[in-house]
Amino acid sequence: MSAQQNLPHKHLTQDQVKDIDENIEWAKINADVLRSMENPRRGYWVAMFISVALFSIMIYAEVHQYIYGMGDAALNTSHMWDLYISTFVFWIGMSHSGTLLSAILHLVHADWRKPIYRFAEAMTTFSLLTAGIFPVIHLGRVWNFYWVMPYMSDRGLWPNFRSPLIWDAFAITAYLTSSVLFLYIGMIPDLAICRDNAKGWRKKLYTWLSLGWRGDDAQWRNFRFTYLMIACLLIPLAVSVHSIVSMDFSMSIMPGWHVTTFPPYFVAGALYSGCAAIITLFILLRYFFKFEHFMTMPILDKVCKLTFVIAMVWTYLNLVEFASVWYGHDIPSKEVLLAKASGPYSPFFWAMMFFGSVLPFALLSQWIRRNMYVLFFVSVFLNVGMWLERWMIVTPTLSLGYHPQAFNVMWPGWVEWAMVGGSFGWFGMLFLVFVKVFPSVSMYEVKEMVYHRKRTVYEDVDEMMNLHSGVPGPGPGPLPGSPPTPAPQSTGGI
Amino acid sequence: MPSLLGNIFKGWADYSKGNEEGGHHDYEHMYALVIDLDRCTGCNACSTACYAENNLPVVGEDKFGARQAMHWMRVERYFDEPDMDPDMGPDTSNIEDANETGTQSRGASFLPMMCQHCNAAPCEPVCPVGATYHTVDGLNAQVYNRCIGSRYCANNCPFRVRYFNFYDNSESWPAPMEQQLNPDLSVRSKGVMEKCSMCLQRTRAARDTAKREGRELKDGDIQTACQQTCPTSAILFGDLLDEASAISKVWKNHQVKLGTYKQDKENPELRGYRIFEELNVDTKVLYLERVREV
Repeated sequence: MSAQQNLPHKHLTQDQVKDIDENIEWAKINADVLRSMENPRRGYWVAMFISVALFSIMIYAEVHQYIYGMGDAALNTSHMWDLYISTFVFWIGMSHSGTLLSAILHLVHADWRKPIYRFAEAMTTFSLLTAGIFPVIHLGRVWNFYWVMPYMSDRGLWPNFRSPLIWDAFAITAYLTSSVLFLYIGMIPDLAICRDNAKGWRKKLYTWLSLGWRGDDAQWRNFRFTYLMIACLLIPLAVSVHSIVSMDFSMSIMPGWHVTTFPPYFVAGALYSGCAAIITLFILLRYFFKFEHFMTMPILDKVCKLTFVIAMVWTYLNLVEFASVWYGHDIPSKEVLLAKASGPYSPFFWAMMFFGSVLPFALLSQWIRRNMYVLFFVSVFLNVGMWLERWMIVTPTLSLGYHPQAFNVMWPGWVEWAMVGGSFGWFGMLFLVFVKVFPSVSMYEVKEMVYHRKRTVYEDVDEMMNLHSGVPGPGPGPLPGSPPTPAPQSTGGI
Repeated sequence: MPSLLGNIFKGWADYSKGNEEGGHHDYEHMYALVIDLDRCTGCNACSTACYAENNLPVVGEDKFGARQAMHWMRVERYFDEPDMDPDMGPDTSNIEDANETGTQSRGASFLPMMCQHCNAAPCEPVCPVGATYHTVDGLNAQVYNRCIGSRYCANNCPFRVRYFNFYDNSESWPAPMEQQLNPDLSVRSKGVMEKCSMCLQRTRAARDTAKREGRELKDGDIQTACQQTCPTSAILFGDLLDEASAISKVWKNHQVKLGTYKQDKENPELRGYRIFEELNVDTKVLYLERVREV
């Protein structure tokens, strides 16, 4: 993979400590990112083929469901939602990472987000587009899905504004619109760079999309302001959208769903699965597009630490929910909780607890945080845990509920599995198209980052390099082949 | 043009009124049921009558086993040692007097279960399109044409008495059996939720008859299909707002009132109870407990 993988771990080089090499040439940034958008390799086509195949199976399942009804999803009178809604919640959760990285970290000036926020934002948009499929396809009469919109009807019919499903429809469309805007606006300066280097249909596309960006002072000023405003708008939207999704459950009266702590619990879970997905895609992009210079190990290290913190918040809220049910002595809720831990779904429950609450402790190990092979699998399993979490919210409650006559256990039918698999295919398709049509690393912000890093001395970086190399004074020199590094300045402040 | 905008704003005014007041309260009737479990023999005639009256599809053994049946009225069996096993069979392992056929010699208790027409129905506020609502008759109605099949109502129903058309069930009536369908109500298409309507079509027909005859609707004019069929007359239907009706007397005699989640009975021996009263859904089906020798 990269050169640094071959170095012994205890001997940290500049590559392993610095977020980015501040001597990287601006032209190289452009060249590397533009190169990533061309000449798809064989791996790309394989991934695309798998995605399209999965998506085709989903289309087949949907056509089948359209013609024959919902029965082959193995749903029954107690289990009306199952994987449709749990996978919907999962994808909504995935969409929260982009906002976290781009908007929240933008506001707190954490500049290490700059090389990686673009693909995270794209992930946000595409997860939402994936999530949006589920509330539609889970409808029994899918052809009437637009009835949830409050359009003017001459019969005076309105949707029911008290229903959390209506709030969902509003929250998701609002969030989708703003996150698409955020992704697009943040990309305008980069699209101008693409425009200047493109030929053929790409030239036309980027010319149209870059809105006549020249990079003059007034444009940059307006751009900064707009970007900041949308970031401020997006944060409350992101929190609200998952709170509202959680209200699908917490506004109901069913035991195991009627839980006051669901909104923060869902938001924490969303950020958690989103961060884990960022790690997965980070590693894939770094590997396939050779983005070692931008997606560096120290940045991955920071994302891992962030994921760990969010995992602990999620674990805490999860335990709070269990404790409140346990001490609340509401018999049906307690039965659902006990059934989760000991009933037919218990293997999945304990798998969720293991992947969600125990596995993140692996991120405490610096060796794992810097070993991309292990980290890839860890991040995938964190997300498996989060998917199981959503399933364990929806299905055990429906299998018990209040009325003993209706207690039953169901396992998803082939139609449901096809939909779940197809959603990953659809997401993969969108993402694969995105990385070849749009720059997946923000060129102008990496340049900014490099510019600022060159003029700032980071005490911790110097310290780590000295500390780990075992010699006092300046750290080891740059890697062979990279441009000379100026000697680190004294650490007496800037 | 006036009609167009007029409808829109009238619809909005109706909607917001119901919303602010937490539902409908201008009831003209308050139709309710009483089911005497002491008289119930578990013969399933009510269920059969319901199938015939309400055009319920017969889904067949496989789908019934997959719990995709459409029985609006189901007679539930409960055994002394309830078995939570999904197979639903009676657990006879720890019952001494189980006979050789594996059934309890004492037999099951029966509970006819149908939509309880809650006055504070959990299914109503969650429907995204308002396909289920409370009528002026005090009934929880389902508008089949409006239903888009999000199935949120069924998830929020503590009684699990809402049935979803998982398949296109029209094959349930091969020719010439479609001739026996009740013309007073529709056959539901796939993807639509349905449930007990307390034989709404009979209520409407009786009201029209009374109007035609120029008189008020009187107690006994309306009989639900299950009530009509029950061989032991365990089921009684009527209007709770009519003080003189038979059903009002039963509710009064058993000291069960609407609009509360805790009945204070002077005499605890009275058999009347409502299911899941503690959930405060305010159901309108009064069950009279079965009395058994210990």
